[in-house]
Amino acid sequence: MDEKDKFKLIHKSMFNLEENQNSEINEDIIKRTYYMLKKIRSVEERIAEEYPYNEIRCPTHLSIGQEGVPAAISTLVNDHDYFVSTHRGHAHYLAKGGDLNKMIAEIYGKTTGCAGGKGGSMHLIDKQKGFMGTSAIVGNSIPLGVGLALSNKLKKKNSISCIFIGDGAIEEGVFYESLNFAVLKNLPVVFICENNLYSVYSPLSVRQPEGRSINLLAKAIGANVAHADGNNVLESRKVLKEIITKIKTCESGPWFIEFDTYRWREHCGYQFDNHLGYRDENEYLAWKKRDPLELFKKNNQVLIDYGKIDKFIESEIEEAFRKSKTDPFPEKSEAYQKLYAE
Amino acid sequence: MKNITFANSINEAIKVAMSIDKNVICYGLGATDPKGIFGTTVGLEEKFGSERVFDMPTSENAMTGVAIGASISGMKTIMTHQRLDFFLLAMDQIVNSAAKMHYMFNGELNVPLTVRLILGRGWGQGPTHSQNLQSWFAHIPGLKVVMPSSAEDAKGLLLSSIFDPNPVIFLEHRWLHNSSSEVPDGDYRIPLGKAKKIKEGNDFTIVSMSYLTAEALIAAKYLKQFGIEVDLIDLRSIKPLDIDTIVSSLSKTGRILVLDTGASTCSVASDIISKLSTKCFSYFKDSPCILTMPDIPEPTSFELTKGFYIRAADIANEILQKLKIENANPYKDIPEPDPHDIPGEWFKGPF
Ligand SMILES: Cc1ncc(C[n+]2csc(CCOP(=O)(O)OP(=O)(O)O)c2C)c(N)n1
Ligand SMILES: [Mg+2]
Repeated sequence: MDEKDKFKLIHKSMFNLEENQNSEINEDIIKRTYYMLKKIRSVEERIAEEYPYNEIRCPTHLSIGQEGVPAAISTLVNDHDYFVSTHRGHAHYLAKGGDLNKMIAEIYGKTTGCAGGKGGSMHLIDKQKGFMGTSAIVGNSIPLGVGLALSNKLKKKNSISCIFIGDGAIEEGVFYESLNFAVLKNLPVVFICENNLYSVYSPLSVRQPEGRSINLLAKAIGANVAHADGNNVLESRKVLKEIITKIKTCESGPWFIEFDTYRWREHCGYQFDNHLGYRDENEYLAWKKRDPLELFKKNNQVLIDYGKIDKFIESEIEEAFRKSKTDPFPEKSEAYQKLYAE
Repeated sequence: MKNITFANSINEAIKVAMSIDKNVICYGLGATDPKGIFGTTVGLEEKFGSERVFDMPTSENAMTGVAIGASISGMKTIMTHQRLDFFLLAMDQIVNSAAKMHYMFNGELNVPLTVRLILGRGWGQGPTHSQNLQSWFAHIPGLKVVMPSSAEDAKGLLLSSIFDPNPVIFLEHRWLHNSSSEVPDGDYRIPLGKAKKIKEGNDFTIVSMSYLTAEALIAAKYLKQFGIEVDLIDLRSIKPLDIDTIVSSLSKTGRILVLDTGASTCSVASDIISKLSTKCFSYFKDSPCILTMPDIPEPTSFELTKGFYIRAADIANEILQKLKIENANPYKDIPEPDPHDIPGEWFKGPF
């Protein structure tokens, strides 16, 4: 590969959406993308509704407002590709095709949960679907994603590894170390940074120098980088598609994509927290106007029958919650099992 | 003297330290956010300015090194993490630098650094948000390790930690933050390395730490009806360890139970028993016992954590068995609270 190419910065303007939209985005993709977008939103809202009843008893980080990127990538990967994610991982799990029933059961601490109740909301896994786990420790899963890519490369698999991170994880040393290694070995990996401007209640301004772009930082380490509007689902999809294709065809090595987006609810939990004063209500309202779901619907008005999809999602969610609530808890003895592999 | 919570007592200790010494600085993720690390850092930035009190990047290892650098050049740094687990990223700096520098450079440098770490249990904190790793830190020569169990001790021990010329790991149990006691005003210090006798008794020694002292007190009260008077020692500091106070208690009671909020293997509890065995074996009238967490990560599910934690009934049961007192049923008399995974109604998950 041409070194110049490798270090090339791809701007969102380089993707001419109108030109290719018709040939690339067909009705089926619109439907499937909408399905995931709406599913993530509805699942998270249902969790928020149920949370105050104290049956969900684990730290839970909702992705409401940030459904765009996961929905965009959901139609671009298969079960052989890997995902790793963070404390805010519900959306990525679902986007990878993770089993909804098992996720909700896990959040309820049930034996039918994807981690048997041992992990909770912050530790989701669906190995069959290539969803290799989330971590409650910021930055923790970054090198794991790089390791998955290394394994893919050594096994000569034509699969990619996607690492979902927030803007906070950029501040951990392990981010630099992992990206450096990924570039060094030219690994088939995409770092997907959902920049929602905050780490808990701390805005970027108290954590990173003003005006210094995250994706340019990654570029300086040697990754190919892109920057896109994470609330514009089809634009995000286009960027992702191009990049994933490049990696899968060995045209390029590691990529780092920064997506701008915004979390609507509190960092952890189900409520709104703008009253705390750590962020401006107007900022929140401006982002809410850029709701990825509404924007998507507006841009694809006539194409599909949303009502039908919505109904299907509702029934899936209803079933997942009904089942999870009535599923048994694990036996107490299970707490002491599976410490070591046999 | 006033009655305040553990969290407020921490807050007050930092205020006192920052008032009497302008070289004291304080930072941590969320230190200046509206919640101020469970209220412990609220108001500090307003009072002392944003140069001395600030939020930080999610960079635990580097920011620990920064604290060390500042501290070897005249600052006294208080660094806070909302969970001990997050501080694990900083093991290199704390173990290879902070703990060693005074020794390694033959006394040329010293590191007056206090690292406040919050640990705990319950409410779905799970495997990576609830680790009690005091024995890790105690294992490292050069670190001091402090675990207060009351609001009063929190203030006295924190002020001593801040002004100690060495790195101190200050471990706050989340379940204690809302407990309250009378706390002396002003610059109140409790020396590090001295345990506190919480209760005098001749029949059984209990050594405890942090939140478990609260459970031990419930057990002690319960055991009274069986004519058992326990000698209850709260360690206050894990390192240096006040072994003398424990030895002298054992010489009186001949029987001992050591509690530990951490996992069993290489625990503080097992170390204390080992020290006693080599120091004063003849004092034992019966084999010693320990109650620790199992060698298992803490699970998340509500149901999986039932009966998982050490509580008063376990402590009472252990002692009743040792003293061969039958027809007592501590598990019935001191039932596991429902819900069992919160310290009280004030605690609304997730933190
Ligand atoms: C090593 C570590 N430090 C601190 C925390 C506490 N923490 C949990 S989530 C979070 C926010 C991280 O922000 P970001 O990466 O931007 O993700 P977001 O929550 O915005 O999705 C923090 C600091 C942690 N879990 N792990
Ligand atoms: Mg963020």
